Amino acid sequence: MERQAVKKAREAFLSGRTRALEFRLQQLTALQKMIAERQTEIATALKQDINRSQYDTPLLELIGLENDISLAIAKLAEWAAPRPVERNLLTIRDEVYIQPEPLGVVLIIGAWNYPWALTLSPLVGAIAAGNAAVVKPSELSECSSLLLRALLPRYLDQDLYPVVTGGVSETQELLKQRFDHVFYTGSGSVGRLVMEAASRHLTPVTLELGGKSPCYIDKDCDLRVACRRITWGKFTNCGQTCIAPDYILCEASIQGKVVDGIRQTLLEFYGADPKCSADYGRIINPRHFNRVMNLMEGYTAVLGGQSDASQRYIAPTVLKDVPPHSRMMQEEIFGPVLPIVTVSDMDEAIRFVNEREKPLALYIFCSDKLAVKKMIEETTSGGVTVNDVMMHYTLSSLPFGGVGQSGMGSYHGKHTFDRLSHMRACLVRSLGMESFNLARYPPQDRQRLSMYSIRGYGLPAGPMSRVYLLYALYLDWLYLTS
Amino acid sequence: MSREQSLVQRARKAFQTGKSKPLEYRLHQLRCLHRFITERRRDIADALKKDLCKSDNGTELFETMSLEGEINLAVERLAEWAAPKPVEKNLLTIADEVYIQPEPLGVVLIIGAWNYPWAITLQPLVGAIAAGNAAVIKPSEVSFHSAKVMEELLPLYLDRDLYPVVTGGVSETQELLKQRFDHVFYTGSGSVGRLVMEAASRHLTPVTLELGGKSPCYIDKDCDLRVACRRITWGKFVNCGQTCIAPDYVLCEPSIQSRVVEEMRKCIKEFYTDDPKTFEDYGRIVNQRHFKRVMALMEGNTIAIGGESDETECYIAPTILRDVKVESKVMQEEIFGPVLPIITVSGVDEAIQFINEREKPLALYIFSHDKKLIKRVIAETSSGGVLANDCLVHFTISALPFGGVGNSGMGRYHGQHSFNQLSHMRSCLIKKLNMEGVNSMRYPPHTSKKLSWHASLVPA
Repeated sequence: MERQAVKKAREAFLSGRTRALEFRLQQLTALQKMIAERQTEIATALKQDINRSQYDTPLLELIGLENDISLAIAKLAEWAAPRPVERNLLTIRDEVYIQPEPLGVVLIIGAWNYPWALTLSPLVGAIAAGNAAVVKPSELSECSSLLLRALLPRYLDQDLYPVVTGGVSETQELLKQRFDHVFYTGSGSVGRLVMEAASRHLTPVTLELGGKSPCYIDKDCDLRVACRRITWGKFTNCGQTCIAPDYILCEASIQGKVVDGIRQTLLEFYGADPKCSADYGRIINPRHFNRVMNLMEGYTAVLGGQSDASQRYIAPTVLKDVPPHSRMMQEEIFGPVLPIVTVSDMDEAIRFVNEREKPLALYIFCSDKLAVKKMIEETTSGGVTVNDVMMHYTLSSLPFGGVGQSGMGSYHGKHTFDRLSHMRACLVRSLGMESFNLARYPPQDRQRLSMYSIRGYGLPAGPMSRVYLLYALYLDWLYLTS
Repeated sequence: MSREQSLVQRARKAFQTGKSKPLEYRLHQLRCLHRFITERRRDIADALKKDLCKSDNGTELFETMSLEGEINLAVERLAEWAAPKPVEKNLLTIADEVYIQPEPLGVVLIIGAWNYPWAITLQPLVGAIAAGNAAVIKPSEVSFHSAKVMEELLPLYLDRDLYPVVTGGVSETQELLKQRFDHVFYTGSGSVGRLVMEAASRHLTPVTLELGGKSPCYIDKDCDLRVACRRITWGKFVNCGQTCIAPDYVLCEPSIQSRVVEEMRKCIKEFYTDDPKTFEDYGRIVNQRHFKRVMALMEGNTIAIGGESDETECYIAPTILRDVKVESKVMQEEIFGPVLPIITVSGVDEAIQFINEREKPLALYIFSHDKKLIKRVIAETSSGGVLANDCLVHFTISALPFGGVGNSGMGRYHGQHSFNQLSHMRSCLIKKLNMEGVNSMRYPPHTSKKLSWHASLVPA
């Protein structure tokens, strides 16, 4: 079945109908319509999947997606147009440009934590770039996955953008097929398998992975505001966000204040009993529930710690004085558990971050501009937000992606279009001006060679270009009349 | 610990000292690399003569000149390339600093090729150094003399911990590929490219693969055949056809086939004299294995020009085959030799179809006076790069990204593209701790009122 879907997508792509910008715009508009018309159904599916509150769905998924689509529609002509590049003396009379082209058939493997945003945002770029796309939503967010399979064909071209649902074996079957790009969001371990499968067909990949995103809080900053923002970022979607602040680094002297700040904020956001708050989510499934619970073993929570397996509920939990080498600090938490690790100062925090794998996001809360610059310079990460969390994700002009174990490739806005296009180098010359070429032909002697290097190599077009042009035209005339 | 493992570890430790971060350091290393090329021209030319029978001027024209150009460009532009790039802000970030910061990746592995052992191995190095990385350089063992010279002399100019040269064959390369890098840059064949990417996948290491394929060359019947054939002949027989972007085969209408052959005959004589074997600027096949491979490809075809060979010298004359059948061996794999098959097609429609039935090539060449025809071929095909009315020279324009698509490769380089390919573009958003009121829209408890405010402020 998977093979069939891919075959049909390729045939549909080869028909050439995605080439016309009007077609792509029409598909994007249809996708926009789907999201606008089906908001309620999408919200219901998400409530069933992950207990997402009715407001969090537009807030966290749909508004961003709608903006992505609007941007693509508004800018498509500009993005898809040939991009002229700097010419040198050698090419001064030529057309030199980069032409974005579709790659072909893209495979998009979505994730379960934001099943709509993370599956459809790459699709927006795939459509805009003129590709066909096989969409494989995550089976863990089952209701969303089934809803997408029902809805997408009613709005988009069914052959070009098939939805393939299923689990591990269906995904493996898909990965055996040949694609022109594979876009995967998920874990590093599966990311490796995706890249290995892609290597057999020499297919390029984009891997949006994860890791432990550190959050450093400087002792001399406005802790109250810092804690509000961190609390929001951590406990949204019950901590199941790839760029959630995974753990806190701060000096021991402010640890108590940080805990207090978070406690106050939690009360404000979710009330005395988050279990009853309409805005507090649940863990996606029993396996992940158990995984997060196991990470907490052996700790006494300073905030939260309660759970209810029947609901997959884990209270917003904060742990203090967590040892750096504990289990909690070995894997991405992806849950509503926030460990605090104490460090002696910013330098130690920098060392701590650098001893570990490059994270998807780094957060720094600090009012000292110089200190902030220093920390950014002395570390690396996919992206960095200072004095807030997650917000770099929301700006489409910033490329969103990881580095090292947190991923490869980036997207959002124009970056998705570029990522899922082939940037073809084009040089259109004329059959005239053959004299210009003389110096490169054998027999090669020094005199001709130095003329060539003066004339052509790497020198940008400038005032002397007209002189050369006239000279070259003269030589042309001589050559043609010889 | 194997030799490869310890060299990679040393490079990583050297990188972690942070010494390659300051731009002055990178500029210094780039200037040393430039000095290496200028001071050691003789050694490089001698090595190439032994490896590929390349003439001195051939060396300069095709290896060192482009390398020097790349280094000069990098030195001139480094500050600009490495600077933070501010990006467009939205309403919510209007008071913030928003920019993309290029950063080094870490330790890059560069696996070079044997056909232009200096240009192809060192050009990626220019980008790696400029981007602030360490780089382990593995020149191809097939161009044995160049590899030895690189191994002996490069450490005399560049930092020997940050940029070690590792020579060796298949097993040394496999040992290298087991190590963890932050990027692997490979130039060579598709079959090895697959293995490189598979090895890289184990460490989640991104790759650039500069591969090859059969680059088609379409000649429109209504163009200046004399000039077209000159340029194609030049492009094909440079380095004895051992160029990844050499025009692999010609497509043209039967009515002009004979003229094409005649014009090329004239050019071959003009360029390489009546006896290319004795002529300094005509090269040799790199080794016996490739010699035999190319000779076997000629089997069963009509030789219009050339066909002579001398196994003792790995010499194959500039050869043109006519009326070549699509099923013949010469059309099944990249030739990478001085053999140019001509396949006749009924017109540009059939040419486009022919090209599209095959894997996406690294380069596509179109010879025509008709701009509309050229644009049509470009629009209806795909390839790494496309060049109308000339061969090879798009390689020399550093503003154009050089690389393949599909089976011809992934990623690109040259000029700033090398720098970008070997950097991490880190997204940076610097906010302040004030204006907290604005954020209340996003915090629970959620209400529809808050949501509508948020929706109006957020547009990207």
